[in-house]
Amino acid sequence: MRPFIYSKSDTALAATQLALANPTAKYLAGGTNLVDLMKEDVERPTQLIDITQLPLTQVSAITTGPNQGGVSIGGLGFNADTANHPLIRQRYPLLTQAILAGASAQIRNMATNGGNLNQRTRCSYFYEVATPCNKREPGTGCSALAGVNRLHALFGWSEQCVAVYPSDMAIALAALDATVIVQNPGGTTRAIPFTDYHRLPGDTPQIDNNLALGELVMAIELPANSFADKFCYIKVRDRSSYAFALVSVAAALDLSPDGTTIRQVRVAMGGVSHKPWRALEAERFLVGKPANDATFAQAADAEMRGARPLAHNQYKVELGRRMIVRALSQALTGA
Amino acid sequence: MVDDLQQSGKPEDKFDFSGQQHHNAPEKLGPFVHNRRHFMKVVSLAGGSILAAPLIEGHQLLAEPLSEPVVDSLLPASLENVVNVAFSVNGSTKPLVVDSRMTLLDALRERLDLTGSKKGCDHGQCGACTVLVGGRRVLSCLTLVATCEGKSVTTIEGLGNINELHPLQASFLKHDGYQCGYCTPGQICSAVALLEEARRGDVSYVTAELRTPASPLQLSNEEIQERMSGNICRCGAYPNIVDAIREVHTGQAVAQVWQFPDGR
Repeated sequence: MRPFIYSKSDTALAATQLALANPTAKYLAGGTNLVDLMKEDVERPTQLIDITQLPLTQVSAITTGPNQGGVSIGGLGFNADTANHPLIRQRYPLLTQAILAGASAQIRNMATNGGNLNQRTRCSYFYEVATPCNKREPGTGCSALAGVNRLHALFGWSEQCVAVYPSDMAIALAALDATVIVQNPGGTTRAIPFTDYHRLPGDTPQIDNNLALGELVMAIELPANSFADKFCYIKVRDRSSYAFALVSVAAALDLSPDGTTIRQVRVAMGGVSHKPWRALEAERFLVGKPANDATFAQAADAEMRGARPLAHNQYKVELGRRMIVRALSQALTGA
Repeated sequence: MVDDLQQSGKPEDKFDFSGQQHHNAPEKLGPFVHNRRHFMKVVSLAGGSILAAPLIEGHQLLAEPLSEPVVDSLLPASLENVVNVAFSVNGSTKPLVVDSRMTLLDALRERLDLTGSKKGCDHGQCGACTVLVGGRRVLSCLTLVATCEGKSVTTIEGLGNINELHPLQASFLKHDGYQCGYCTPGQICSAVALLEEARRGDVSYVTAELRTPASPLQLSNEEIQERMSGNICRCGAYPNIVDAIREVHTGQAVAQVWQFPDGR
């Protein structure tokens, strides 16, 4: 690991100003991804700004503003605490399920909510500093494009990068229309709709998200919704626990009072794109349709039509199609 | 371990460790190597000091036996970005002067001689380094010790002793919850936290009902397996580990699946 200056901040403002003053500094929260990447020499910060002491851990009901009636989760709350918080378990069990599908108990105890959003891809070429990678060293090329790309993207990839975004938590947040509240070094905050937070790779795959220099994740807001009854997060992976998704699907349904017609639906996918993939084609198809496996299958077909598989991940197209159907079906029946 | 002592951060330095002095090390060390751990410490210090400003030549260092005070007096000279940190380990406070790069795992093993916590992968993938910080199970290999100021750390050494084992330690013995034993300290620390999480009513990915208010849970084998998935056992002692945990979790004896040849 390369040497770095260790700094601590008592306030979010001080932390953001430290970050602004040194473009090669990084915030340190749980460290579960960053410290590992530093050991691998992938991340090379000259300074770590320890933000773990900042009071940004609360989960609380939102009483004013656009997300009134929803819940705010602190940027520095631990994943495990967030998943098990009564407000989250009661109102957003889809988020609980998605968080608990990721990593291990130890890592969920360390990893923070903001850090989870900002974790980097687990593409093996990104990790292996001996290989070209545009995300790690812009301009060197994408090794995965013509390499072993069984774990890589179906949607939204570019010739520059075919990596996928690894978070489970974020897939549920995308489905639940979350908003990310960030503060800049000037002390002002802004709200980023979740689907605008992460980026597709395009020509700048080294940039994962739309945070500006020094901006810090203060909180994630969830709007009030009616998806707490019919929800499902399923994840298919190479082993049954403690592994990243090959494909994951978050699904939630809100039905008409007689329980037959889909009033609202949310579907988001993990393991298929450089960002959480909101399955808008499937959602558009389903609104107003009867809730059954036949319409679910048609919706899945509509979504997966846009997939652009690589040499080794063709299997993800059929897997994704079946998983959308299963997630919706399990959301419907609770099975 | 070596990484944290290095002066230079150039990646190629990772492999500079095997220099001339190092090649000679085993031969010169011969008379002074009392055990494997002492040997490792000497070699790692040699590597650190070679890369650091050569206050002491590697061969001089290796020419005389090291005692603990020498070890400690050497360290500050080879540190960069020094951080002072004090935290409690197994009930007693430990002030340390560390390089900002040092992990909690390395601090425990290399500075505090608490070698129960194991370095398996050093990348957060195996769980061998699991310890309790503030009662929560965490990975000490991904925890920078600089972030531990004021915290309370419990390692396997703090759970029980040879005369008075922690119930999980006794249960792992009864159920033969290991083969080589390398993952065991991490497994047991992890299981200690698991029992508390279950008492608190924390749910897991395989828990059926998420929305009910938290209350103490009776864990199935499937639940124990899922909740212990962060601890890898290369020997594959998983069924025995689950039995060991289930016995303490339920408070009911679970039958051993093995016996000594004489039937005990």
